[in-house]
Amino acid sequence: MGIRTSYSADTNFLTIAVEGRFDFSAHQEFRAAYEEADPQPAGFNVDMSETNYLDSSALGMLLLLRDHAGGDGANITIENCSADVKKILTISNFEQLFTIK
Amino acid sequence: MTAAKPLTVLIADDTKTDRMILESIVKKEGHLVVSAENGVEAIEVYNAVRPDIVLLDVLMPELDGVGAARAIKEAAGDEMVPIIFLTSLNDTDSLVRCLEAGGDDFLSKPYNRFILQAKIKAFSRMRDMHTTMRKQRNQIQLNNDHMLQEQAVAKQVFDNIAHSGCLHASNVRYFMSPLAVFNGDVLVGALRPSGSMLILLGDFTGHGLPAAIGAMPLASTFYGMAHKGFSLSDILQEINQKLKSTLPIGLFCCATMVEMNFKRNYVRVWNGGLPDCFVYRAKAGTIETVKSSHLPLGVVGGKDFKDDSCYLELEPGDRLFLWSDGIHEARNASGEMFGEERLVSVFDKVSDGEVIFDSILNAVQKFAGEGERDDDLSLVELSMVTPNNIAQLQDHYGSTSARGLTEWSLSFEVKAGSFRYFDPLPLLLNIVQSVPSLRKHGGNLYTILAELYSNALEHGVLKLDSALKKSADGFLKYYELRTERLETTTGSVTFGIAHKLTSEGGVLTIQVKDTGDGFNYKKYQRKDGNLTYSGRGMNLLNDLCRRVEYKGNGNEVEIEFVWQDDH
Repeated sequence: MGIRTSYSADTNFLTIAVEGRFDFSAHQEFRAAYEEADPQPAGFNVDMSETNYLDSSALGMLLLLRDHAGGDGANITIENCSADVKKILTISNFEQLFTIK
Repeated sequence: MTAAKPLTVLIADDTKTDRMILESIVKKEGHLVVSAENGVEAIEVYNAVRPDIVLLDVLMPELDGVGAARAIKEAAGDEMVPIIFLTSLNDTDSLVRCLEAGGDDFLSKPYNRFILQAKIKAFSRMRDMHTTMRKQRNQIQLNNDHMLQEQAVAKQVFDNIAHSGCLHASNVRYFMSPLAVFNGDVLVGALRPSGSMLILLGDFTGHGLPAAIGAMPLASTFYGMAHKGFSLSDILQEINQKLKSTLPIGLFCCATMVEMNFKRNYVRVWNGGLPDCFVYRAKAGTIETVKSSHLPLGVVGGKDFKDDSCYLELEPGDRLFLWSDGIHEARNASGEMFGEERLVSVFDKVSDGEVIFDSILNAVQKFAGEGERDDDLSLVELSMVTPNNIAQLQDHYGSTSARGLTEWSLSFEVKAGSFRYFDPLPLLLNIVQSVPSLRKHGGNLYTILAELYSNALEHGVLKLDSALKKSADGFLKYYELRTERLETTTGSVTFGIAHKLTSEGGVLTIQVKDTGDGFNYKKYQRKDGNLTYSGRGMNLLNDLCRRVEYKGNGNEVEIEFVWQDDH
């Protein structure tokens, strides 16, 4: 499990990549990734290409990120989801809240 | 750390000179010394003084060092007392025997003061570490006991809330692993006054107490509203709003809510965030799925929340299966998940619907083996049955106040002196709306009551002619006469209102009778009993009511307002 962050060239977007299991154990690190981002970006990408599992507390963390990024006005894309990860996001109908690629 | 607090060191040696050498070395380091001359005495001194470190000569009269070490270790319990053997023996067997008896180290004669000092320091550090660890362990143990006790109390409160429901009904089977309850799984069920059954299975985000907390507002809202007759969508809206406003962001509830109507053999299913639920068709032996098509409860507020449900017709014997993700995510020893495929194959293998429930549990438990379960295991089976299977439960409800006001009637007379000062409509509307399902019809009911009352008062009691209102002058005249006659009238208006339930919903009957002369309604009456007459707000009343019927000499009218269950 690990969280890595990287800015787009213009620093408008922050990509947060989650490696391994995305569950409660990632809570502190995931939260720090967006709260301590300096400068604060206009939008976030959550890169799930290395994520192999997502539990409901991870869904909660995504909602916290959404709230941090402005709630209904938040610009957040969840990208590179595996089939399993995508399924969990779909069951919860999170495509209504996030752009899922 | 080197300027540590002085230790108490027990020195047991039968050779006086050896003892004195040791004592002086140890004292120089600033420690306190207590001495013993043989094993028995060493044990006595130990028990009396409880020293921090023990130096034991191996060969002593009465009881040798090995025997003393055993006794001292036993007396120390889980407290760590380092024992260092003092020995001139250096054959392997003897040294091994010393350590096996509970010794921690040995020091060979002749003594090297630096080594001895270093050993005392090292063991002192180890002892400190051990003491800290023991304290923390005890604290954890205490916290854990405390937590278990709190959980037991909380579970009791939770059970009391849950048991006010109908989960014991013969068509409901459920399994919730003990872990599940306090990891945020919740199951509630209740009968509505109309006889349909509401069941909600929820799974709160995360684990432990934070997850379980949300179950309280959910359960109390559910039971409060279900018993009063609120619909599936009303209850979902309210629970969603309550969770959204009370839970922190990130804590929410994946849920499936089901309404079963046994009279008309259908179910409504709302699924927000739980895995597909399965509908087992008994005759064909096939399954259909109801997918999650909504966000979980407590994620979005207000109008963004969607309460539309999926409608399915079932036959008696058909079964509905609900589950949290615990079944799908149960892992075996090699970390593999149970998954939906294995679940479907359980259904494929059975030929009798009766055994599905147990087969699923067996399959999951066999798959997961003795391994720890990741998540909470919850399984619910709901069978479609005939209404008489449920009737007994309903009687039980009928005998409690939980049912609320559903079947009632009243008679209410407004007398002459009150017309000028009192508007009976808000009062009547308030009573009518004590039937929850009538609340959403408040606007229409107000219109109906208002039309009926003004007809009875103005045209009946006050004998005003509506034809007057056709011209502007007449309109003014009309209201002058109205005010004038209100002063002098001796008439009255009587309301008779009754409400009863039907299998589809309910019927509200309103009769209004005035003391006026009535009118010749018969010449306007059509074959179906309704009037073609367009005065007296008749068009409006005909639109809103199932039946509008004039009686007597036209001073009495009866209408029926019909409401349908669900939406």
